Amino acid sequence: MSIVEASRDKGAQDPKAMKPAARKRKAASIRGSQNRTGWLFMAPAAIILVLFLVVPIFGAVWVSLSDWKGKGSPLGAEFVGFKHYEALLSGGGLAQKDLGTSLRNNMFYVILVVPLQTLLALTLAVILNKRRLKGRGFFRTAFYFPSVTSSVAISLVFLFLFTASGAINKILAWLGVNGPNWFADPRGVGHLVLNAWGIVDMNNPPAWMSNGSFMGLDLFQWISGPSVAMCAIIALAVWTTGGTFMLMFLAALQDVPVDVDEAAMVDGATAWQRFRFVTVPALKPTFYLVITLGLIGTWQVFDQIYLMGKGGPAKSTLTPAFLSYQSSFNDGKWGQGTAIAFILFAIIIVMSGIQRFVMRDNKKLPKRKRMVFVETPATSAGVAGATATATTLSKTTPSKDKI
Amino acid sequence: MTTTLSGRDTSVHSAELQKKRGFSTAWLVYLALIFFALIYLFPFFIQIGTSFKTDVEATATPLNPIPKMWTTAAFQTLAQADFPRWFMNSTIVTLSVTVGRVLIDSLAGYALARLHFTGRKAIGLLIISVMAVPGVVLLIPKYLVLVQLNMYDTYAGMIIPLLADAAGIFIMRQFFISIPLEVEEAARIDGASTLRTFWSVVLPMARPAVITLTILSFQGSWNEFSYFIVSRKDPALNTLTSGVASLTSGALGSGNMFPVKMAAALLMTIPVALVFFFFQRFFVQGAGAGAVKG
Repeated sequence: MSIVEASRDKGAQDPKAMKPAARKRKAASIRGSQNRTGWLFMAPAAIILVLFLVVPIFGAVWVSLSDWKGKGSPLGAEFVGFKHYEALLSGGGLAQKDLGTSLRNNMFYVILVVPLQTLLALTLAVILNKRRLKGRGFFRTAFYFPSVTSSVAISLVFLFLFTASGAINKILAWLGVNGPNWFADPRGVGHLVLNAWGIVDMNNPPAWMSNGSFMGLDLFQWISGPSVAMCAIIALAVWTTGGTFMLMFLAALQDVPVDVDEAAMVDGATAWQRFRFVTVPALKPTFYLVITLGLIGTWQVFDQIYLMGKGGPAKSTLTPAFLSYQSSFNDGKWGQGTAIAFILFAIIIVMSGIQRFVMRDNKKLPKRKRMVFVETPATSAGVAGATATATTLSKTTPSKDKI
Repeated sequence: MTTTLSGRDTSVHSAELQKKRGFSTAWLVYLALIFFALIYLFPFFIQIGTSFKTDVEATATPLNPIPKMWTTAAFQTLAQADFPRWFMNSTIVTLSVTVGRVLIDSLAGYALARLHFTGRKAIGLLIISVMAVPGVVLLIPKYLVLVQLNMYDTYAGMIIPLLADAAGIFIMRQFFISIPLEVEEAARIDGASTLRTFWSVVLPMARPAVITLTILSFQGSWNEFSYFIVSRKDPALNTLTSGVASLTSGALGSGNMFPVKMAAALLMTIPVALVFFFFQRFFVQGAGAGAVKG
């Protein structure tokens, strides 16, 4: 600012020749013009963000506290306080049971998808990072390609692969396994395992497991595990996101100092030891990023649910995000739908908080060029994802020596 | 991207060490790579193959990607249905959103990076906090605003709210901060206005960031699904994503219709794939050539 102003001042006229008052006016007018230009540049984005993001959020807060039925202006609706939240969290009715069910389903989805996608991404990145590898570009593109394709297209393909007589069951048949009717099977995998091991009879659970309830579900229902149908969606999620996170791990692996690795090699460390004690610690910030993005993303699963059974069979693929949509758009319970959305929002914030606390010893984020969230914590999948892509994409572009 | 993630330069010393380890791990790595490549590519092979099969064959041999009897029946079915219209809608929305986003995000990013105006910090904070709100949470609120503004079921309602995105603004801002201040000062001294400086000097220098944002915007709006199911209900406004999604609930008739679904999935993937591959190469070339000679 000051440099620019000074140079502009000099360019305009010698400031010494001006009267003090005039000088002040001049500075003010420059500041004024900067103000004007700044707001002019900012205006389109600011208007859209405020109108379509900020206002709606406040509007939704109001709707979740009102009895708006979807007709007429929400502003004319009656204020009902925390009625919807109470019904959802302690009402004891269907609303609470459905939310409990959706939370359970989503919980198992998160517990499986986050570790699996992180492990897959790391595996892909480590094998691609091998030196003097032929066809690296081809393989990297192959693994990353699902990440750029539409969730709708991918879901259609997986729906076809997982039909009762589809490709997956054909492969399972070769291996001597009788594949299930994936998208029509609401049985929980946890129940199936307990049943197979003879610990709990699936159709006749012991009384101590059926007594009492939390969020409208008893203990036996809480330990169901993901349903068979949900497992197909989990497979799709892991397969799709593996490539995205692979890129982040790859970018971080490039930054692992080679000499440390070599020093370990000279000291006689095995490949596994080098990986365990050199590579993994160096990747800690990336683990933090990938797990955070994974948690945020998996608690919001919506597209695949909408496309692959709309919560069915028997509500076993219902998730809070889809339940929120369904309550509002299909059942006309707008207050309840928005309340579910805010409950989900709270869950995501709490999850990120817990995860930050657990991994609190590595506040540092990966050293890369132009990281947006060096100064801002990565709280949003959108930002961090986009930035990560951008940084990997533009890593080669010289930024400082452009002139 | 091809060059970005390629292996690092290995010193002679480490190369010797590598040789000592022998080739025992090498073939393991290639085996693993081929295994994963199969897992990643086979679904696409099946998708392409199935779209040229008859319904009967698609159901009978789901694992064999090569049709015994090639037929384009699935594509003809799509051509006679609303598919071309969905394609057109997707094109309209995607092009508008991409062009708009690049312009609006660049302007805002530049303002945040270089221009001093009252409330800059506040706006920056606002953008960050908006980004922290999960997208799924915003579906109902966005619908409410569209209805209030009489923009529900219109192209405008499907396009305008997507025109500014916080992530894009930050990508541009980061890039503009990295451009040396002297360039802009020189332009100013030569008498260029702020807008002129931005348009003729700064933006051309930010080409890599602009291309990145273009790819992200194109891919994001072409693949956008949830917003298009809440911002419209008129079938004539279906985009590819919302239109093809209606196929899952049997929109085009009875039966499984797997070839039709696979053909639809294939056709909607092609544009993104083309942009992705084309821009990837462009990117690598542009990375070297993009440096402005002063």
